[in-house]
Amino acid sequence: MKQEKPGWKSLPQGDVLGAGTAAQFKTGDWRSEKPIFYEDKCIQCLICWIVCPDSSVNIKDGKVTGFDYDHCKGCGICDHECPTKPGKRAITMEKERK
Amino acid sequence: MPVVAKTGNEAMAEAMRQINPDVVAAYPITPATEIVMIFAQFVADGLVDTEYVPVESEHSAISACVGAAAAGGRVMTGTSSQGLALMYEILPIASALRLPIVMSVVNRALSGPINIHCDHSDTMGGRDFGWIQLFSENAQEAYDNVLQAIRIAEDPQVELPAMATTDGFIISHGMEGVEVMEDQAVREYIGERKAKVSVLDVDNPVTLGALDLQDYYFEHKRQVAEAMKQAAPVIVKVGKEFGKKFGREYGLFEKYHLDDAEIAIVALGSTCGTAKVVIDELRSKGIKAGMLKIRVFRPFVAEEVVKALSKVPALAVLDRSDSYNAQGGPVFTEVRSALYDLANKPKIINYIYGLGGRDITVEDIHSVFADLQKVDKKAQVNYLGVRE
Repeated sequence: MKQEKPGWKSLPQGDVLGAGTAAQFKTGDWRSEKPIFYEDKCIQCLICWIVCPDSSVNIKDGKVTGFDYDHCKGCGICDHECPTKPGKRAITMEKERK
Repeated sequence: MPVVAKTGNEAMAEAMRQINPDVVAAYPITPATEIVMIFAQFVADGLVDTEYVPVESEHSAISACVGAAAAGGRVMTGTSSQGLALMYEILPIASALRLPIVMSVVNRALSGPINIHCDHSDTMGGRDFGWIQLFSENAQEAYDNVLQAIRIAEDPQVELPAMATTDGFIISHGMEGVEVMEDQAVREYIGERKAKVSVLDVDNPVTLGALDLQDYYFEHKRQVAEAMKQAAPVIVKVGKEFGKKFGREYGLFEKYHLDDAEIAIVALGSTCGTAKVVIDELRSKGIKAGMLKIRVFRPFVAEEVVKALSKVPALAVLDRSDSYNAQGGPVFTEVRSALYDLANKPKIINYIYGLGGRDITVEDIHSVFADLQKVDKKAQVNYLGVRE
């Protein structure tokens, strides 16, 4: 179905939009790598949640539950900053296409 | 109100003090430095409530202004030449986001070669960025234009940024009698800014300036074009109210002995003062000379300009900048284009003059009027005051 977009007369002036509209728009589809979450290895320090530049670390009841792949760009900062030891990594990066 | 001796820069700074903006972000540049320097002293002396942001470049100055205006503040700055050019990247963002920032621009030649004196190349370089542009003939008009620019820019029909300009050194550093109004009267005249949105309003959050691609950019630019069209009647209304309150009425332009003129010039800025002397001399000899002094260059009020010029047989347009388009200066091309639909078009020629602060004298303007009496023999585009 063709969506009708507003013309210049009815469009709010000056490129003003509602807040938080990025949540409705999937911006993660060009990611080349993605973080994989291992709940059993996670120490729940929440550092990944703090450092994620795209608010793509999902939290429930104060605990990390995984990633929001609709918005994660695969930058790998969460993996880089995760303090878990080799062999017991809570986050690893994987190629989207192998 | 008392008439006091002030330079153009002092007059513009005084207007800013009376406006008492929420935020001023600025970086110094000759010959506009004094405006923000004097204003910084007002801030230091506690005479205004303004948050003064001393930034590291003009690019940052106008960027800070955009942010502050998006937060709903009344925001001002001032610059000149290279400083304005460094702002060019941000100027169309301010207009696209409909932020009524008011800027004092002291017209100075763009480098290069490097030069600090007056011409209009800096302001003309920014003429297509959706900013309203008001030109001043003297320090009094500079003061009056800054005050009116606030009202024009913030009018709900407009909401576009505006620049009020003076001519570098000629006005900015020339001392003249300026009538300064009472603070209270000025504050009543300008009122409060009523921003439609504020990016700092956490109860009503908005996104401002999101990526705007093939599907919406065009509509937003169309809105800017419409706002610029709406600005003309608002400028007239604001100028009328100014006249009612303070005794000096302003319109889109000033007609000086134009209605019965047989030869006339079109000019803007300080040159108009010199031209008035020449026109008075010619009129005393029975020569019907006149002038259209363009005050508002953006929007360019083509319909009104045509109405004013339609009965003048021979016109010379004076441009204090060149478009380097092999066709004439920016004022000339606008005026000439506006006259296209007239059945009986005036003869129209162009003079590019005064680049880099080259003096324009009474004798120079006399020579233009003398040329207009034999206009058929003149080239379409002429350079006035340059050594061959």
